Amino acid sequence: MNVVVCVKQIPDPAAPGALDPQSHTLVREGKLILDDSDAYGVEMGLQLAGDAGEVTLVSMAPNQEVSGVRTALAMGAAKAIVVSDPALKGSDALSTAKVLAKAIERVGADLILAATESTDGYTGTTPVQVAELLGLPSVTFAKKVTVSDGKVRVERQTEAGFDEVECPMPCLVTVTAGVVEPRYPSFKGIMAAKSKPVDQLTVADLGLDASSVGAAGARQEITSVAAAEARGGGDIVVDEGDAHERIVQFLEQLKLV
Amino acid sequence: MSIEKVWVLAEAADGSPVATSLELLTQARAMAANVAAVTWGGGAATMAGTLGDYGATVVYDVGDLGGKLPGAPVAGALAELIASGNRPDAILVPATYDGRDVAGRLSAKLDVPVLTNVVGLSVDDSTITSEHAAFGGSLVVKARFTGDGPGIFVVRAKSFAAEASGGGVPTIEQLAVPDLGASAAATVLARHAEERTGPKLDEADVVVSGGRGLGSAENYALVEELAKLLNGAAGASRAIVDAGWVPYAHQVGQTGKTVKPTLYIACGISGATQHLVGMKGSKNIVAINKDQEAPIFSIADLGVVGDVHKVLPKLIEALQARR
Repeated sequence: MNVVVCVKQIPDPAAPGALDPQSHTLVREGKLILDDSDAYGVEMGLQLAGDAGEVTLVSMAPNQEVSGVRTALAMGAAKAIVVSDPALKGSDALSTAKVLAKAIERVGADLILAATESTDGYTGTTPVQVAELLGLPSVTFAKKVTVSDGKVRVERQTEAGFDEVECPMPCLVTVTAGVVEPRYPSFKGIMAAKSKPVDQLTVADLGLDASSVGAAGARQEITSVAAAEARGGGDIVVDEGDAHERIVQFLEQLKLV
Repeated sequence: MSIEKVWVLAEAADGSPVATSLELLTQARAMAANVAAVTWGGGAATMAGTLGDYGATVVYDVGDLGGKLPGAPVAGALAELIASGNRPDAILVPATYDGRDVAGRLSAKLDVPVLTNVVGLSVDDSTITSEHAAFGGSLVVKARFTGDGPGIFVVRAKSFAAEASGGGVPTIEQLAVPDLGASAAATVLARHAEERTGPKLDEADVVVSGGRGLGSAENYALVEELAKLLNGAAGASRAIVDAGWVPYAHQVGQTGKTVKPTLYIACGISGATQHLVGMKGSKNIVAINKDQEAPIFSIADLGVVGDVHKVLPKLIEALQARR
């Protein structure tokens, strides 16, 4: 079967994040890497697609950057659609969903996979918005996914434990980190990824109106950005075999023991 | 206040509204004169009294969903109600699994944005401003909603204090779920609850959490033992939940629970932003980590630079001796 995996290229999370001083949106310039949380969806997609099917990546980027997508291609995905357009700068979750939904329509997937949320923006609503725009059912927070007879069977995370959910395909599923162990791209995979097709499209190519996406379509205005009330660090002690006594004292002060 | 109408999604757990929905009803009262709660799953009649007590004058009940996941049918019923001319200025949604599904679907149906990770809300001259925690809570971003209503706000737990208003029993209005075709086809076959002893993670007065620094899944027993001795709950960082050491129900952080206990003890947790956003509201924080540079120390009231494998057993022994 054919699987679409929505992936996001993000600035390296190891580098501190920044907000653009003018627009107050996340700075997403320069080199972008594959969001770690997307590696699980890519791995799950590769396992479920099997030999007869293939995995297509769908991503959106405000610039022409594709290095993160190449990482997922190196893992084994067959091809990618990357929607790149300056008009997408400042897109909110719904604008992103509109773009991804249009791109997915061009592929025709049995199953669409996405992470539960991205590591940099973590709004966590884009996948469900994509499903709604495509008129498809969705199951979020999957910690186990199996497919048989045209249906997915999902163990879905809940407050109390998990639900067993059944859903006919085509459908969209968001997977939690840890759902599978992502493979590392092999040397052969990395070399092969360089020549795999990456279809770069613009907003106009998708037939979307530029005013409905990006900052123009966001309908929210950042009015201020301020440092949160700093929580000062307290005492730091280096354990020399007796630090537990210091903790007990602290518990006594709080009258917890 | 000068907006008219606010709806609050009142998700049920074990037959009662979840705590966050009562927090949101309390806040909704401060924002608008007309506050309605939205329920589903068949518990409207039993929950109505509580919902009224916290400020709902009307309960819109989508009723029993026949095992369907709530996202599509609840969003469908609300979109129908809005299309009929009953349009709220804002819809407040607890940041739960099902809440996010409903908010996402409704946003796409109505073509209105959804604002997530909300930790504060205010109304000024009919403009709604939301506060968002960014970068693990180190920044507070304020955003003004500029579109036509309703604004959909997904709010983190414990952003507001819940206070009963002593309101009367609200009227219950049944909402019908329109035909949604394939989009509502996801069905729950069975529910599984994981066993839990001691207080609930998000209600406990003391939370002891473990992270990658524990070294192995077996060592999580030290965290559980300490939590038990302090009559607290055991939590975990995303790293060890992803690694499969402990069930997801223990996760504290962005994708897990938000906790604000009297005391939070972080054991072998470096303090990724993902984690900090879920616990930095704790009144007191003790951190034990062998890396002096770990970010967790910047917010700890007491930081112990040391090996959890040495400190925890001694601490447990000292507390056992006092019993």
